[in-house]
Amino acid sequence: MTRHTLSVLVENKSGVLARVSALFSRRGFNIESLAVGPTENPDLSRMTIVVDAESQPLEQITKQLNKLIEIIKIVELDGGAAVQRELLLVKVRAPMADRTQVLQTAELFRAHVVDVNTDTVTLEATGTPDKLQALLAVLAPLGIKEMAQSGTVALGRGPRAMSGAGTLRPVERSA
Amino acid sequence: MNSPTPGESATREAAAALTGVETVDRSLAAAAHEPVSGITGAQSLVRSLEAVGVDVVFGIPGGAILPAYDPLFDSRVRHVLVRHEQGAGHAATGYAQATGRVGVCMATSGPGATNLVTPLADAHMDSVPVVAITGQVPSASIGTDAFQEADIRGITMPITKHNFLVTDAAEIPQRIAEAFHLASTGRPGPVLVDIPKDVLQATTDFSWPPRLDLPGYKPTTRPHGKQVREAAALIARARRPVLYVGGGVLKAGATEELAELAELTGAPVVTTLMARGAFPDSSPQHLGMPGMHGTVAAVTALQKSDVIVALGARFDDRVTGQLSSFAPDAQVVHADIDPAEIGKNRKADVPIVGDARETIVELVAALRAEHEAGRTPDLAAWWAQLDEWRQTYPLGYDWPEDGSLSPQYVIERLGAIAGPDAVYAAGVGQHQMWAAQFVKYEKPGTWLNSGGLGTMGYAVPAAMGAKYGRPDTTVWAIDGDGCFQMTNQELATCAIEGIPIKVAVINNGNLGMVRQWQTLFYEGRYSNTKLHAQNADGTPKPVRIPDFVALAEALGCVGLRCESRDDVDAVIEKAMSINDVPVVIDFVVGSDAQVWPMVAAGSSNDDIMAARDVRPVFGEGQV
Repeated sequence: MTRHTLSVLVENKSGVLARVSALFSRRGFNIESLAVGPTENPDLSRMTIVVDAESQPLEQITKQLNKLIEIIKIVELDGGAAVQRELLLVKVRAPMADRTQVLQTAELFRAHVVDVNTDTVTLEATGTPDKLQALLAVLAPLGIKEMAQSGTVALGRGPRAMSGAGTLRPVERSA
Repeated sequence: MNSPTPGESATREAAAALTGVETVDRSLAAAAHEPVSGITGAQSLVRSLEAVGVDVVFGIPGGAILPAYDPLFDSRVRHVLVRHEQGAGHAATGYAQATGRVGVCMATSGPGATNLVTPLADAHMDSVPVVAITGQVPSASIGTDAFQEADIRGITMPITKHNFLVTDAAEIPQRIAEAFHLASTGRPGPVLVDIPKDVLQATTDFSWPPRLDLPGYKPTTRPHGKQVREAAALIARARRPVLYVGGGVLKAGATEELAELAELTGAPVVTTLMARGAFPDSSPQHLGMPGMHGTVAAVTALQKSDVIVALGARFDDRVTGQLSSFAPDAQVVHADIDPAEIGKNRKADVPIVGDARETIVELVAALRAEHEAGRTPDLAAWWAQLDEWRQTYPLGYDWPEDGSLSPQYVIERLGAIAGPDAVYAAGVGQHQMWAAQFVKYEKPGTWLNSGGLGTMGYAVPAAMGAKYGRPDTTVWAIDGDGCFQMTNQELATCAIEGIPIKVAVINNGNLGMVRQWQTLFYEGRYSNTKLHAQNADGTPKPVRIPDFVALAEALGCVGLRCESRDDVDAVIEKAMSINDVPVVIDFVVGSDAQVWPMVAAGSSNDDIMAARDVRPVFGEGQV
């Protein structure tokens, strides 16, 4: 499996998410995760799409995405040159006997306790997908009652941005 | 013929009309389209259609679109009332393919809009500039499963170039202008504009030209100079080049430029199903159509080539056959306006993104430079080989053994008598392939068909649209009896609206292409392909259901019938002499004629069959 993270600036209009997800489904491309949110420009939204692709299909994916009229720009953010984060909320079984272990694990992973009751503790953690996987692996024997995890959001490292002066180079529109 | 030159830069004209309105022709546009306030959204819509230069809309009114039909009643935009919305969509497509201008269709919400789905998908596959305008239930009712509500924007997302749901009447001029701009520029395609009824009824202001707001839409039309020079260098060194010409050349109005390129290179030319007419069939450089039912020479030339120059073509599976064994020794120059087509199916050694006309112009210049530098290839050996193939395996057909009429002969005679100035629109199936093979095309915009989607029922409404757009041109629909029964209701439209098309029904009583596959691949088990009435043992009953002559007359047309070779010319001449009403000829032909050559689906083009049980022998090491 080859993971690629695409940061996609789109017009902030209704229906854009439907177009993007329909494109992925129709062309048989796989989405690992998808996060959509506002940007510094109220006219634009950012979609961070993690796709599972070999290099050839990735070119087709970006070319087909670029054909959507409401897509402004696509940048591939690869591992070293970008900061990538996910958010995890996890409700762990934590009776008094195990509670210390849960809290120590949370501390090791710099997770925060966001809800507590007699039976469970809910933790909030952010990090790379690998770090969150590691946290979940440690918590699993204690008993995970429920969890919610966001898609990846990412930004390129360094001073450049996707729009405005000194922009990041887009994925080629031409062949 | 005094009709406008088809294809010739007409899509470009439509685009120029828009950008011109925006920049150059401001004064003219302002004079013709004074800003007005206090009008309805519907009036704004009709003014926008006038301003963008629409001369005809094909459509059917209904509840949600009804407000638009009131100002349309007084407009100089003519409306042709069709009998089924599918007819409106294909008419818009035929109009666009024959004239190069944007075709327009209109329908109401719900079923009216969903009936446009097939023609929109069709136009999308064949990159035809079409704008569809649909009524929608009032904004407040959207999402409530209201009467005649369908999410047509959601439904058509994957089969349009783009679509809009207009939520504010003030946006109408801008959305219409954007729709026409998108439809006619870059890689053309259909655009749908969905307008809720309350938006059509709202009070608004109109001004023209509106500002286009499409920040993510920047088609590349100018090819990259370095890529063009690389392509020229490759072509100049090629020993077995082929110019593989697709529909993009017609869309770009690049046929004159193509002729120049062909002359300069001396290379053989093949024109795909979508590109018939882009290069004259009478040219000795033309090997015909490639693909599943292409000529042996065209298919084999591509297969054995060392350089393929693909111009506005997309390496469709019907052209390549089994992709992994397609043209194994060829280096590929792939020029297309849509970057996503390049490398999609076949790896491109020299990719060129750009408009076909601009690309060919620059390619010609770069090739001249190569030639001046003394690099002119000698193609004599290649041509000797090509000539051998085409002399050994010319297109041909056998007369049916049962003495019935040969469908290929009918189509061949029709093409000969109506000539290269007529427009031919085909349905989908055997008759379509024979019409692509046996009519000789010399000019752009004279061959209309449903290539990508393969939409049965395309011919009659498309011919109607073409005839409306080019009233001085003879327009023939070459249809099968299966196709004809899907959309013949539009003959009533033609008869009433004064659109005298001519229809040749190639009536073999069967879904002929499917029957052919059943003959070849399903041991002659004719499951559900017989359209004629039959006895319990499967033999035909001596009754015509329907009687196409009577049907034609019921629809206000002249109905003629031909069942023997001796009558073919006379009946065609008779149809050619009737120009005030539509004419239908029922050509009763044999049911077992087959389309050859053929590359079976999924097979390698190396395995082309020139005729049943005739496998060409190319000889190893010949090229």
